[in-house]
Amino acid sequence: MMLKGIELFYLLRPVWAVLLALVLGSALIALGGVNPLAAYKELFGGAFFDYYGFANTLVKMSPILLAGLAVVIPLRAGLFNIGAEGQIYMGGLLAAMAALYLPEIPAAIHIPVVIIAGAIGGGLWGFIPGYLKAYHGINEVIVTILMNYVGINLVSYFAGGPMMQEGAPYPYSEEIAEYLWLPWIMGGTDAHAGILFGLGLALIAWLTIRFTTVGFALDTVGKNQTAGRYAGINVKRQILVSMFVAGAFAGLAGTFEVIGLKFRLYHLFSPGYGYDGIVVAFLAGLNPILVPLSAFFLSGLKAGAHIMQRATGLESTVIDAIQGLVIIFVAASLAFRFNQSQWKRILDRRKSMERQLAEQNAGAKSGSD
Amino acid sequence: MDSYLRLAGITKLFGDFKALDDVNIDVAEATVHAILGENGAGKTTLMNIIYGLYQPEQGDIFLKGCKVAIPTPRDAIHMGIGMIHQHFMLVDTLTVTENVILGLEGLGANIKLKEHEEKIAALSQDFGFQVDPKAEIWKLPMGMRQRVEILKVLYRDASLLILDEPTSVLAPNEITSFLDGLDRLRASGKTVLFITHKLEEVMSAGDRITVMRHGKITAHTDVQHTNATEMARLMVGRDVVLDLERPKVDQGEVVLEVAAANATDERGLHALKDVSLTIREGEILGIAGVDGNGQAELAEVITGMRALDSGRILVRGEDISHKTVAQRRHQHRMGYVPEDRHGTGLVLDFPVTKNCMLRDYDQAPFARHSVIQAAAVAERAEQWVEKYDVRLRSVHQQARFLSGGNQQKVIFAREVEFGPDILVVMQPCKGLDVGAIEAVQNTIIAQKKAGKAILYISTELEDILGVCDRIGVMCHGEITGVISPEEATAERVGMLMAGIKETA
Repeated sequence: MMLKGIELFYLLRPVWAVLLALVLGSALIALGGVNPLAAYKELFGGAFFDYYGFANTLVKMSPILLAGLAVVIPLRAGLFNIGAEGQIYMGGLLAAMAALYLPEIPAAIHIPVVIIAGAIGGGLWGFIPGYLKAYHGINEVIVTILMNYVGINLVSYFAGGPMMQEGAPYPYSEEIAEYLWLPWIMGGTDAHAGILFGLGLALIAWLTIRFTTVGFALDTVGKNQTAGRYAGINVKRQILVSMFVAGAFAGLAGTFEVIGLKFRLYHLFSPGYGYDGIVVAFLAGLNPILVPLSAFFLSGLKAGAHIMQRATGLESTVIDAIQGLVIIFVAASLAFRFNQSQWKRILDRRKSMERQLAEQNAGAKSGSD
Repeated sequence: MDSYLRLAGITKLFGDFKALDDVNIDVAEATVHAILGENGAGKTTLMNIIYGLYQPEQGDIFLKGCKVAIPTPRDAIHMGIGMIHQHFMLVDTLTVTENVILGLEGLGANIKLKEHEEKIAALSQDFGFQVDPKAEIWKLPMGMRQRVEILKVLYRDASLLILDEPTSVLAPNEITSFLDGLDRLRASGKTVLFITHKLEEVMSAGDRITVMRHGKITAHTDVQHTNATEMARLMVGRDVVLDLERPKVDQGEVVLEVAAANATDERGLHALKDVSLTIREGEILGIAGVDGNGQAELAEVITGMRALDSGRILVRGEDISHKTVAQRRHQHRMGYVPEDRHGTGLVLDFPVTKNCMLRDYDQAPFARHSVIQAAAVAERAEQWVEKYDVRLRSVHQQARFLSGGNQQKVIFAREVEFGPDILVVMQPCKGLDVGAIEAVQNTIIAQKKAGKAILYISTELEDILGVCDRIGVMCHGEITGVISPEEATAERVGMLMAGIKETA
């Protein structure tokens, strides 16, 4: 019973880590001369309990959620995808190209084509490091990091060069046709349907990993590659497919930024959502069904930061610092693993001590009688 | 010759397991003393005690006749004991000199690199090592890196050098020059204690040999008074009394045939050389030999874990050389109990249930239409746990927390219960207690009775003699002979193990 409780305590590590980060963050806020409780009230109230603030949270959550999934899926197979950022850019680029340059076709076909093009753009950016890892043993961390720069700068080139709108003051493309825009989900706000796609994909990813042979093979490869080969799993294919799917998810994040929010291809259109995905993935303990929750929290922090700044005058960069603390504490909390036998020993020892004490007390009582 | 190091009655326990049992060794000054034994015989444990990494439960250590305590490696270094680990402890990006002086005491803030460089160059010259003190480690071949490790120890004025499996990382030509190096060390008055399971090296470089087996000393001898055959016999076991029931089973047609198989190991060396064998229904073919003579590669090419360079694998006459692991298992009913339980046979972080379905995860009843049938998996796991007497708290417990014997039972249940036609079993009894060994052996014999073709690879001669119908012996990637258990005298097997082929 006690043991189960302790196990649950361990299971909730990320929650404790976040709380600890917020407590320490309150010291930072106090240092800035603001009452931490008031600041947090503005922050979370603004992010979650205000119509426009909440919409803003959802706007940020759409790409962060998908990027989180793009990190979780390969990580289940033991691969570290740091490249969600580049994959977001490539997804946005191909989606924008499909939206702007395809000859006229009915919307019912054009919309899926744009979405698929975005998925393929990101997928390709995941497939390349996956291929290099599977067939040439090249470290996927390094390749994905470097490919981020390539992806980001390719978008800057196209948005500021061949695709740039004539006379635009800033590198961005023509506006895409309105029939391709994603529908809004909250009237009068920017919140778009991308978030619904993300939630659906999180559910699908969870079901697949939890209940199918595909997920079993993925987890086996992640936990012990040799045993995976021994089990008859095609390890190389697992690496390729998981990296492609991850890239496609991130590519969708970029796609929805383009057709759901900005309606043009801007240069530098993602402020690091791909990296936020890494935080979200770990905060969710690599469980796809928890990714929406952790993405919601992180997006809330980001969306609430400005509201807090306006209300209290405290620099919103404090929130960046708190975000950093969240990352540090979550990462550190993962090092504490529940050791059943160790806790059992401790509990047993305590029990036997209590018993001895009880016996002594009983003995003392009967002695004094 | 004076005694340099004497160990008297050393006993070391790990829990209930006796890793070393009353070990007595006398190492004479300025000699090369080899400790020979199979993996897990306790050699490394013994060396770690001498180097102060472990403390013995009982026994004394005498250095030059004085009783000493060696609580830490630092003390060992002060006493002139140096250790060269199997896996090098070098910083790849630093130079030879920097590596040698790394961690040197009394170095201070002002490191006179030039001075050290000169001293190291001189030292290297003295022993004919030809090491450039300015070279960066990552540019050096393995043999050179090993010399750097030795220089590191010599630079700290060690007079006793402990080398743990020093040749395991070396290429064949590097081994020769390594053995020459040992001669020069001895000539300059150093005492060398070197651990190995390779017979040839001992015979060519050692002065005295101590053979260990299961934590005990089985023999002390001078190199002049022995030969490789005798050593092999001492290493892998004494003469065996055949007390296991070896039922006669009518042997049917040939199930598995390996024809002139050649394969390469991880280091790119030719590990299997024209190996051919056949196994019939109801037959157990044993493969004996000192560890690392191609047995693992043989098991892997048969089961599809390793590609063949040439040759063929046939099952009931059909060439399966290019089939995948999964095809061999499901189309040709091949079961495989690998040598490395933790690294290959199990996913330790998975619960027992998932380990039960590991190799048939996409087959009925474990999965239907790619959906895992958790209830069916748990039901199977419960059945197997009961049938094979696996001791655990719950089938949802992680495999990590099972004892070695119980882990092995889970693997056997999985590999046998799917109904194999061929069973490849490698070192199934390694690290198990007597009860577990019996359970494993009985499972194998029951499979033979059921008409399966079984390949049983083990370095433990006793295990093989107990159950096998024929015994093949491997040495240097070749099968040096196939004999019946009745013919398998210790001398004969020892000779085959040492690579002395019989002319039939």
